[in-house]
Amino acid sequence: MRSSNLAAFQEAFARALLAPQRVAGTDAAIDRLAAQPGFAVYRNTVMKGCIDALQANYPAVARLVGEEWFRAAAAVFAHHALPQHPTLLDYGARYAVFLESFAPAAELPYLADVARLDRLWSEAHVAADAPVLDPAAVAALGEPQMRQARLVPHPTARWRWFEQAPIHAIWSRNRACDGEIGELAWRGEGALLTRPFGEVLHCPLGRAGAAFLDACAGGESIHGAVVVALDVDEHADFSALISQLLAAGAFSALGRRDNGV
Amino acid sequence: MNLSLTAGVGLKPQHFGQAQACHDDGLWFEVHPENYMVDGGPRLAWLEAIRAVHPLSLHGVALSLAGASDPDARHLERLAALVERFEPALVSEHLAWSQWGGVYRPDLLPVPRTSEALARVVANVGRTQDRLRRRIALENPSHYLAFEQHEFGEIEFLAEIARRSGCALLLDVNNVFVSSNNLGGSAANYIDAVPGELVAEVHLAGHSTDPLQGPRLLIDSHDAPVAAAVWALYERLIARIGPRPTLIERDENLPSFDELMAERARAHDVLAAARLPETA
Repeated sequence: MRSSNLAAFQEAFARALLAPQRVAGTDAAIDRLAAQPGFAVYRNTVMKGCIDALQANYPAVARLVGEEWFRAAAAVFAHHALPQHPTLLDYGARYAVFLESFAPAAELPYLADVARLDRLWSEAHVAADAPVLDPAAVAALGEPQMRQARLVPHPTARWRWFEQAPIHAIWSRNRACDGEIGELAWRGEGALLTRPFGEVLHCPLGRAGAAFLDACAGGESIHGAVVVALDVDEHADFSALISQLLAAGAFSALGRRDNGV
Repeated sequence: MNLSLTAGVGLKPQHFGQAQACHDDGLWFEVHPENYMVDGGPRLAWLEAIRAVHPLSLHGVALSLAGASDPDARHLERLAALVERFEPALVSEHLAWSQWGGVYRPDLLPVPRTSEALARVVANVGRTQDRLRRRIALENPSHYLAFEQHEFGEIEFLAEIARRSGCALLLDVNNVFVSSNNLGGSAANYIDAVPGELVAEVHLAGHSTDPLQGPRLLIDSHDAPVAAAVWALYERLIARIGPRPTLIERDENLPSFDELMAERARAHDVLAAARLPETA
């Protein structure tokens, strides 16, 4: 090879990895490599690596649709979106968006949201460690302090409200290998994932709870976050909600509100 | 050369508890650092717990040292952070590429052994060793393709990289066996020709036959016990160069921890026998 040919070789080899078999490229030497039976080993290993990573990162989706369906869909995704970096725990951030427009998934309109919770689980699993806020520190706050103090979400905390379906129930039943498939109350349901100590924990979350956490993350004071959440659900029991969030380890510290108001 | 390490085992999350509790003489564990490049959480906590009782080896699969560009800066920084935190006994990577054009391909892709590639790998190994502030070992790949562009034999190429960069070699005996089978040539001659003083670590793994091509195409699949022919090559190597830290690698069809430890014991015995003349 002449000098500076290494980059050209890699470019052509990488293209041939994803090209349909027996389709000639622009580089005759690469075409001769790709024509050898051993070239399929690289094609297969690259795709298997991507598909295995997606299956590991989206176990509830895989259980809902079955392994064969999952791996076929994952191959379509991987072919168009190879990983951008080698930390495969992070691969497939856009898999839920892909499923939304993937025609064979149209019969399962909740599939993309289940994928979103699998993704939030992965994020919670690898997020930075931090102490959990002691509920006693919040209990000690008086009314004026509630207007100044804010609850800082824990770095591992992830949450989302789902309007259309009981996504937390569907997801958690399929995430656990022995998940029971019993009667589901078909209504909107969100989820909160936290990792206060070792493993990721999860619980259902109402619309008000999700709005409250959004407001906390946005820098609202505790009082301000309650107002925002009451707008969403005027019947919400905030004493119970805040206790639930604190017990789940959703916050790491008390801070001063920083929403500029 | 680390003489306190005998045979080690590739560490899988399913085996963390048993690995932590096991105290066999000379035992160590190897992990892929890419699986621990996270901000926090149980993975790092598990690895801390293992590291507290066992020597550790970081065996990278994604630095793309044979790539036509510099090692990815973010990836190298994350590797450096792990090296600093876990103080591994061994650090290794592959003669392969995987990152190119902002995309990572989860495989160890082949490179034509040219003067240009030689200079590039030497530069990339040099950058890596400078950043990690330590020597790394470079692993010989498994081959599935015959290249018309090679200008160097593999041993000559690896030895020249080691000479110019100061790196060591990780000799994967199964890769030698698989490559010799797939491309022709004698695995025993290869094993006999490797400069022993450059070998800092040895890998042993199982392989499988290609479902379409049959035994003329072997795959380095890490999904089976080490083959008898590979054990024979390993014994031949250690008899010639002396004991080296040796890893039992298994990534698929994961057996019980005890089964892996039985293979590990066989490698340990080979190493112990090779050490006897020194201590006699």
